[in-house]
Amino acid sequence: MKIEIWGSRGSLPSPGPKTMRYGGNTATVLVVGDEGEHLVLDAGTGIRPLGLSIPQDVSRIDVLITHLHMDHLQGLGFFEPLFRPNVEVHVWGPPSITMPLQTRIGRYLSPPLFPVTLRQMPCRLELHDAEPYTRIGSLRVRSDLVCHPGPTVGYRITSPAGKVVAYLPDHEPALGVDPFPAAPEWTSGFDLAHRADLVLHDAQYTDDEYGTHVGWGHSSIRHLAAFAKLAEVRRIAPFHHDPSHSDAEVDALAAELGTLLPGIAVQPGAEGATFEL
Amino acid sequence: MAQLPVELILMRQLASYLATPIFLVGPKGELLFYNEAAEGVLGYRFDEAVELPLAQWIRAFPLFEIDSGKPLPAEHIPVVRALNERDPVHGSLLYERPGGDRVPVVVTAFPLVGQGGKVLGAAAIFWPASPQDAQK
Repeated sequence: MKIEIWGSRGSLPSPGPKTMRYGGNTATVLVVGDEGEHLVLDAGTGIRPLGLSIPQDVSRIDVLITHLHMDHLQGLGFFEPLFRPNVEVHVWGPPSITMPLQTRIGRYLSPPLFPVTLRQMPCRLELHDAEPYTRIGSLRVRSDLVCHPGPTVGYRITSPAGKVVAYLPDHEPALGVDPFPAAPEWTSGFDLAHRADLVLHDAQYTDDEYGTHVGWGHSSIRHLAAFAKLAEVRRIAPFHHDPSHSDAEVDALAAELGTLLPGIAVQPGAEGATFEL
Repeated sequence: MAQLPVELILMRQLASYLATPIFLVGPKGELLFYNEAAEGVLGYRFDEAVELPLAQWIRAFPLFEIDSGKPLPAEHIPVVRALNERDPVHGSLLYERPGGDRVPVVVTAFPLVGQGGKVLGAAAIFWPASPQDAQK
């Protein structure tokens, strides 16, 4: 299983000289299974270049959206495979008891916010509520609601060889938990991340910044460290970098995380980074 | 124990910050949590009760009908009814505190339905009844 990061920024695209190394595109990750499955995690602005890179002979692509905040959805209309008539695109998103996913996504992908509607996309498009457990090709995909404002899921993808990548880009498991962490059963996201080989996880704030952003749905570096220890993860990629953080500031946060997590590999999420599991 | 649904985790977190007594059960009626304010009414710290199956916590917290003083059948306990009937339930009952005193308590219980439409558990808020409350 190969994992490629195409966008690791949170909240808002942040191009510019200070974000060259980690990149300014918002949350987008490609997972390619050993049998050629193409899973795209979130449809941030990184999905535009990602879509252009997908070979023309790929016949099915699954887009797994964690939630419908703009930084995770903004790129969807620019995902080039949506315009390929011979491609099956399955879009998965958090369930709702009030409105189908198509209607919720259609609020953005329709005039006046966007000129083309979902129904006009030439690909063979299917939308699904994320299932707690499903299989996409040879990959087992688990989703579960996590602590973040509005219905938000995280994903856990397991390869036939038993390798696991967990994706929790927007997650505030420490909200209202003092001291954090609580026991595993009372910790949001625990089952998704438990003993994963790689976890891409929200690391938006410094500890000081978190103090003025409690309840905004994101984690501080110390919260991420405590969560990673509790879940016994093997490798962690801090993700969803704050749009105001420069490359140097992301470096500093990653270094702090490394000191808090001796024995756990830390590799901050950067556009262009790849992982083989 | 597997991780609980995030809706229950958030409910516990909210309850732990409130001064309203709150009692939280899972989908089988098992006790998951009650907060400090509830400890004051029940007379036991949550640490002493921990997570008990329905059959055990209804013995640990003896409940009686407000009018007759007879033991309240499990299926009539408001939080159990809310769970089974998927509807809010309001009522009064007698609770026997440690030491044997029976105090009237007013309870409002409601089911916790998750985004998928599944009943994940139920919560009850409760408070000692005034004589007027107990007559309602």
